[in-house]
Amino acid sequence: MKVTFPHMGNLWICLDAMLKYLGIETVVPPPSSKKTLDLGSKHSPEFACMPLKLNLGNFMEASEMGADTIIMAGGCGPCRFGYYAQVEHVILEDLGYNYRLVVMEPPEKHISQLLSRIRYITGNKPWIEVIRGIKYGYSKARAVDMLEMAAMRKRPLERRPGQTDTALNEALSIIAGAVYGKLDEAYARASEIMEQIPVDRKPVLKIGLVGEIYTLLEPFSNLDLEKKLGRLGVEVDRSIYLSEWVNDHLFMGLVRGVRSSSLYTRLSAPYLRHFVGGHGQETLGAAAYYNNKGYDGIIQILPFTCMPEIVAQSVLPQFSRDTGMPVMTLIVDEQTGESGYMTRLEAFVDLLAEKGARKEELA
Amino acid sequence: MTVKIGIPRALLFHNFIPYWKTFFEGIGAEVVISGLTNKAILQDGLRLSVDEACLPVKVAFGHVEHLKNKADYIFIPRLVSVFPREYICPKFLGFPDMVRQNVQGLPGVIDNNINMYRRESDLYRQFFEIGSLICGNPFKIALAIKKAGDAIKRFTARVESGLRPDRAIDSSYSEDGPAGRKDTTVAVIGHPYNIYDSFINIGLLKRLEDAGINVLTTDNVPEKEVNDHVAHLNKKLFWTLGRRMVGAAYHFLESPGISGIIHVASFACGPDSMTGELIERKARRIGSKPYLNLTLDEHTGEAGIVTRVEAFLDMVGTKEQAARC
Ligand code: SF4
Ligand code: SF4
Repeated sequence: MKVTFPHMGNLWICLDAMLKYLGIETVVPPPSSKKTLDLGSKHSPEFACMPLKLNLGNFMEASEMGADTIIMAGGCGPCRFGYYAQVEHVILEDLGYNYRLVVMEPPEKHISQLLSRIRYITGNKPWIEVIRGIKYGYSKARAVDMLEMAAMRKRPLERRPGQTDTALNEALSIIAGAVYGKLDEAYARASEIMEQIPVDRKPVLKIGLVGEIYTLLEPFSNLDLEKKLGRLGVEVDRSIYLSEWVNDHLFMGLVRGVRSSSLYTRLSAPYLRHFVGGHGQETLGAAAYYNNKGYDGIIQILPFTCMPEIVAQSVLPQFSRDTGMPVMTLIVDEQTGESGYMTRLEAFVDLLAEKGARKEELA
Repeated sequence: MTVKIGIPRALLFHNFIPYWKTFFEGIGAEVVISGLTNKAILQDGLRLSVDEACLPVKVAFGHVEHLKNKADYIFIPRLVSVFPREYICPKFLGFPDMVRQNVQGLPGVIDNNINMYRRESDLYRQFFEIGSLICGNPFKIALAIKKAGDAIKRFTARVESGLRPDRAIDSSYSEDGPAGRKDTTVAVIGHPYNIYDSFINIGLLKRLEDAGINVLTTDNVPEKEVNDHVAHLNKKLFWTLGRRMVGAAYHFLESPGISGIIHVASFACGPDSMTGELIERKARRIGSKPYLNLTLDEHTGEAGIVTRVEAFLDMVGTKEQAARC
């Protein structure tokens, strides 16, 4: 059995660690690229949301490397993610791929369903080992998050453009390579590398990134949004991080005491007073949160046709009028062009800078 | 003075209006229904909603706009779920908020949740709460709920016997009997708001009937038939409309009396992108019936529909001739 899984930013670091710890052979698909997206789009429904298309491309590429089993997360609606695995599987079947599919999701009938799926992957490993593996994978996800946060703070201040990203890549590969029992040490080294990035002190603009989770976490899908903004002198934060997603979707909330999205849910009223699937309600809540924290602007990102985020997008203009907080929505799909995208980012950042300058004059 | 309740002729109107109308009239209200979708309604919808919204949602905005000055309350319930363990679509979950944040000058809005997600959900209690907003007499409300339940049962029976919901709504309408039936029957699969709104689909059903074709739709397939067919799926579908569409399509694919299938979807519809894929792949695997996929948005032109439907009907005709020889 050779197990693969879809990419979503640095999710692979966490999953690969967990599976390897349990003695399972893995195939990490090549990083998502133009080729992945072309492959996936060619065989996906036209109006499927982009993550599905990229998943499919990942699986096709991983198959060439020998993968024969897919692990996917699932869900029970109302948004499409809960049915991704099944549709992807039908498409792969029609294309002649011989994949086994194992979906980790809240069981329809009984918890034993989920346990037997885990057993299918982990074989006879004792449960205590499985839990250790999960914790280990989770710790890597936490480490990844901390390093990415450091990068978000450093990018706008870096002395030479690109230094932060070189350092981040190095730091992440240290985490990816760390073996069980050596993760703390590796993390110390990795964060030291991030600390060492030479910076200049200067004022920065702050933008909160909200929206659909996949496009927030996968730099290929958002055309390196964080990097681009960083180089424009913006410090970003995003409303959700990898470890939170991993805990919610893969481990069914097994890890306790993680920041939960209930804060966002509370803040989303009066604009969205009910969950709408995906992270639609959290998008509004996070926007309110960044407004309270004094951020300069908010960017919402979503894949074309993403339903929960279209609901959020519909009410964001009123939020923006009420609060005076500038909000921009970016919609990405396989046709999104680099130059138009960059122009919009620059224009938005200029707008925030001007607004900031005006505020200062008045003060 | 009688309270006027405005109900938009949009979204799940064709599924639930017998219930809603009987209920509100039962508690002494007057029900005002927006007119058939037309250009002006669409224009208002386009102006009030984001570009990315699907056509049925845009049209629904237009209906709300056209009703807002004609009623004391607009009834746009938050349709969380109308069936245990299922939803409709994220946009239905957010629709009342989308309306409240974008339509100016609304009268009262009744947007209580209708939520049958949990098996123990209590529709009676949910409508009792709605009734209490305008009626102080609990007995009257209880009776209205009872009558509404009877009305929807009668309606469902008529639809499952083969009558189209848009016709079954008019309780005096009756089909001209088996004599009026034509030789060829085509199945139309899609969301009710796409199939029965002839403005949205540019007169699709009428075109078929004018061409001498019987039409059966998703809604004509009894619930049990639908469920038997979706029972084979690897995973339960969690969209009520999607489940019904897949089940009905699988049923029609296997029915010898059906000569072809038209799948109607909204441009950029999320659930359709998934369920449509399941249906189309199954249709291709079986490969015995002509299959047409129509995608609708506000730019869909009459010419495009006409050509594609004609080509489809040619296929249906050819297959039938071949079968007769
Ligand atoms: S949240 Fe959006 S992008 Fe993600 S599965 Fe749902 S519809 Fe698709
Ligand atoms: S199911 Fe499709 S057409 Fe209906 S509201 Fe949702 S996205 Fe729009």
